[in-house]
Amino acid sequence: MKQPRTLRQQENRAGLAYLSPTLVVVLVVVILPILWTIMLAFQRIRLINLRRAGVFGDYSLANIEVVLTSPGFWSSLWTTVVYTVGSTLGSITIGLIAALALRARFRARTLVRASVLLPYVAPVVAVTFVWTVLLSPQFGLLNDWGMRFLGWDRPIAFLSQREYALNVLGWHVDIPIALLTVIAFESWRYFPFAFLFLLARLQAVPQELEEAARVDGAAPTQVFRHILLPQLSAVIALLCVLRFIMTFNKFDDVYLLTGGGAGTEVVSVRVFEFLTARFDIGAAAAQALVLAAGLVVLLVIYLRFLAPRVEGEG
Amino acid sequence: MKGTRRDRAQIETRVLNVLRPLVITVLLVTTLFPFLYMLLLSVRPIEQLLQNPGQFWAPPSAWTVSTYQEVLTSVADGGQGFLRLLTNSAIVSVAATVLTLLVSIPGAYAVSRLRFTGRRQVHFLFLSVYLFPSILLAIPLFVLFTRLGLRGSLAGLTFVYIAQTVPVSIYMLRNYLSTIPESLEEAAAVDGYGRLQTLVKIVLPLAAPAVMANALYVFMIAWNEFLFALLFLVEDRADWTVSLGLAQLSGGIEVSKTVLMAGSVVLTLPIVIIFFAAERLLTEGLTAGAEKA
Repeated sequence: MKQPRTLRQQENRAGLAYLSPTLVVVLVVVILPILWTIMLAFQRIRLINLRRAGVFGDYSLANIEVVLTSPGFWSSLWTTVVYTVGSTLGSITIGLIAALALRARFRARTLVRASVLLPYVAPVVAVTFVWTVLLSPQFGLLNDWGMRFLGWDRPIAFLSQREYALNVLGWHVDIPIALLTVIAFESWRYFPFAFLFLLARLQAVPQELEEAARVDGAAPTQVFRHILLPQLSAVIALLCVLRFIMTFNKFDDVYLLTGGGAGTEVVSVRVFEFLTARFDIGAAAAQALVLAAGLVVLLVIYLRFLAPRVEGEG
Repeated sequence: MKGTRRDRAQIETRVLNVLRPLVITVLLVTTLFPFLYMLLLSVRPIEQLLQNPGQFWAPPSAWTVSTYQEVLTSVADGGQGFLRLLTNSAIVSVAATVLTLLVSIPGAYAVSRLRFTGRRQVHFLFLSVYLFPSILLAIPLFVLFTRLGLRGSLAGLTFVYIAQTVPVSIYMLRNYLSTIPESLEEAAAVDGYGRLQTLVKIVLPLAAPAVMANALYVFMIAWNEFLFALLFLVEDRADWTVSLGLAQLSGGIEVSKTVLMAGSVVLTLPIVIIFFAAERLLTEGLTAGAEKA
């Protein structure tokens, strides 16, 4: 009875040894920084007095208070939520349409499927730059075509205008044009992600199910509603959570498109401003922490009350 | 009743038959148009863009390569020095790829094959990497690197990239490793192979496609990354990566847009080439497990 136990111990030791480089890297660059952020958030620290800061500094709630009462914080949090929900729904909806359209066989399908993934894999700096040029009021293609072919009387500043006054049949509506543009960009860039997952799942749906329904005379929309959608619901729920988390934390896209101006200031961009423009590390950390906490709260609400219940799935 | 149902099915099928090619066309145009625009603008002189912003297509006789010349020549010679930035990006991305694999291969092997204390808890650790915004990690790393004098060093940036990619890498590799039958390893053990020998000589060759897909994936993440490059390397132009360089220059008005478009093409091209060369490998690696979700 002695030998198996030592073998087991050996395996245990080997397992930890093989994983140790990973653990060290994640500990140093992820876990410790998170803990440190929490510490920083409760200390008054600027870059100038950084040297004095330590584990045993003066802790206070001052940063949190400053953050929660500072002008623009709550509106920025609201912007983040609108941006996140809009982009999540947008990317999943387009992804679903794409997956359904590109499911059946047709010529050059492989090439089309691959091309559709380009927005997702291309460097964010390059695609945001192309979008800003395309949408520019001075030399953008879209505004030029809009004025020439669609009868716009003046160029629209898609990325630098907070509100656009729209007249629809005598109704006067202000639409948050910059925020909508950013959401459109985000949906464009991330629908391939949803598309990939949905397509993979669609291909795993047993063919007989659909064929049987067709033989029974079910219309395509009925097949979708009663056969495909139930099969997809788990993946869609997973995608909602993944996209929500990723978009909520996103910094690059908004920063590169608008710099956080024109009503698109999401919390992560605000944190960056505090960090690099004001060198207020404590306040930046406190805001990042509030962002993370907000995410956790929203996720808990989602998982508790809104997520579709999936039984027997792991 | 039966008749109307058939009618509905027929009408819908007919509508969808018209709609489907339309949807595919719209999808293709919206995804590819910006890239085509990037390519076409990159070969045009700036005056043409300013005079006629609505012109999408220009005849090849009007194309120019001067934009590429300007963006690639070194700053000392009056260009934008992107060749230097490309080298920086390549160094960081290749180093991050190699090191990530060195860390994640044994890690994935341990998670998929070896029973050890805390094996089940490892996933929570990885989840934390995604749950916390990278801007949150950026603050303490910014502070730490400032203190250590690592800001402005490519090595520091590489280290951050490793931490960002190791969890995905382990997840993808583990999925693949679990499809390799364990009996092969048992046979190797009978032949007197040690654990490390088995990993290197038996498991790795079998997992080669997954390792390759993984390497490309990590490379792409590192090549495209922007936030940490911005935080750590912004002060000295000689240290910039291509992404950072493009972002920094596009904010100003000194460099003409068409030259920057040439920069965008230079930044995007390696990714597009890698992607189309290994598309199947990459998409399969990414969605492995999605069928079961």
